[in-house]
Amino acid sequence: MKHKHHVTTTVNGDEVEYLCETDQTLLDCLRDELDLTGAKEGCASGDCGACSVLLDGRLVCACLVLGVEANGKKVETIEGMAQGEKLHPLQRKFLEHAALQCGICTPGVLVAAKSLLEKNPNPTETEVRYWLAGNLCRCTGYDKIIRAVMDAAAEMRGA
Amino acid sequence: MRYESPDTLEAAAKLLAAESGDARVLAGGTDLLVQIRSEILSPALVVDIKRISETRSIKEESGGFRIGAAVAGAELKEHPTLKKVWPGLVEAANLIGSTQVQGRCSLGGNLCNGSPAADSVPAMIAAGAVATIVGPNGRRELKVEDIMLAPRKLALTKGEIIASFLLPKRPAHASDAYLRFIPRTEMDIAVVGCGVSLTLDGSGTCTAARVSLGAVAARPLLVEDAGKALVGTKVDDAALEKAAAAARAACKPIDDKRGTIEFRTDVAGVLTKRTALIALERARKA
Repeated sequence: MKHKHHVTTTVNGDEVEYLCETDQTLLDCLRDELDLTGAKEGCASGDCGACSVLLDGRLVCACLVLGVEANGKKVETIEGMAQGEKLHPLQRKFLEHAALQCGICTPGVLVAAKSLLEKNPNPTETEVRYWLAGNLCRCTGYDKIIRAVMDAAAEMRGA
Repeated sequence: MRYESPDTLEAAAKLLAAESGDARVLAGGTDLLVQIRSEILSPALVVDIKRISETRSIKEESGGFRIGAAVAGAELKEHPTLKKVWPGLVEAANLIGSTQVQGRCSLGGNLCNGSPAADSVPAMIAAGAVATIVGPNGRRELKVEDIMLAPRKLALTKGEIIASFLLPKRPAHASDAYLRFIPRTEMDIAVVGCGVSLTLDGSGTCTAARVSLGAVAARPLLVEDAGKALVGTKVDDAALEKAAAAARAACKPIDDKRGTIEFRTDVAGVLTKRTALIALERARKA
């Protein structure tokens, strides 16, 4: 039998444990060991951003992190974004602006956009576009996503 | 595949040296994990070096900076003073991948991945960066231009790890820049990359210059003749044209889907001029 790593980590504020093999990525562990299926596997090579999560506050692709590397760290995923029934302003604005169609990229875009607005509450459109360059969307053509992020940022600033 | 995350460089070197199968260093993993997943690599051992403090810190040393080999691109950008002194190196490192990749990718990984098109490597070479290498037989230092020998081939022996890079102390009126050509605006691999570092005297005459090119040969190049063409001049049009000619002469590129030999050679000259002008403008203000 293969040796498994016993990983203790914090996911969306809750301490969790899982067993994983070395070649399982953090994305595999979130989805297959913890049943957190919000982060998606698009490319498995760090190009599409569908698996975006925060690791110790840093935006990363969960497909490019080993599950065992999360030991002792803090992971934040899309599942931690809404507070119960109450959607995050970004989630509400994505619905209002119809900034999604098939929805596969949406969790990653939302996690990435939230981390941008935490660092920079008043980004220019260019800054939003560059920040989200690693989140590919094959449906929307991006404009609605950018408008939703700009609108959410404005609302969150109280503008 | 075994995973180890030792606390010291010596322990990491020992683990890598003792493994009879393929053993790989894990820094940000943005290349390594892709290669493992696509079965290009099947290492028996992965040694994560991110628990070792020297690989994860940026420190001022001898008037310069010592940058840990596993410091992430986003951390380079966020450092309070590094970008003022070495703007070219920071901009090169920040051209690697997306925001997500920036959260993990490192200078050590970009170099040791062994791609001739790595963006941060010409910038490090232009900067005169020296790597500190730790192996089973102790420490040694090697200039960055001497580390990559050919695609995927490095001047490191079994068990050796790049721990950090030392960027030298900067005199007044010195700065650097990096430019690359890609067919789109973001997230692509350099067709040609160019790093230039310049020092001027009080009158604006260039007293030292280093020019490095990426993606135009089997390894990133230090183009000494291009640097020499700028030294002793005001970095005027004639000097820039001479430097560009030296850059073109140094190119030994391949033809591939991203650029022909002729195109890459021409662009190397164009980028040498443009990058030198940006470094010049910055050096005047530094």
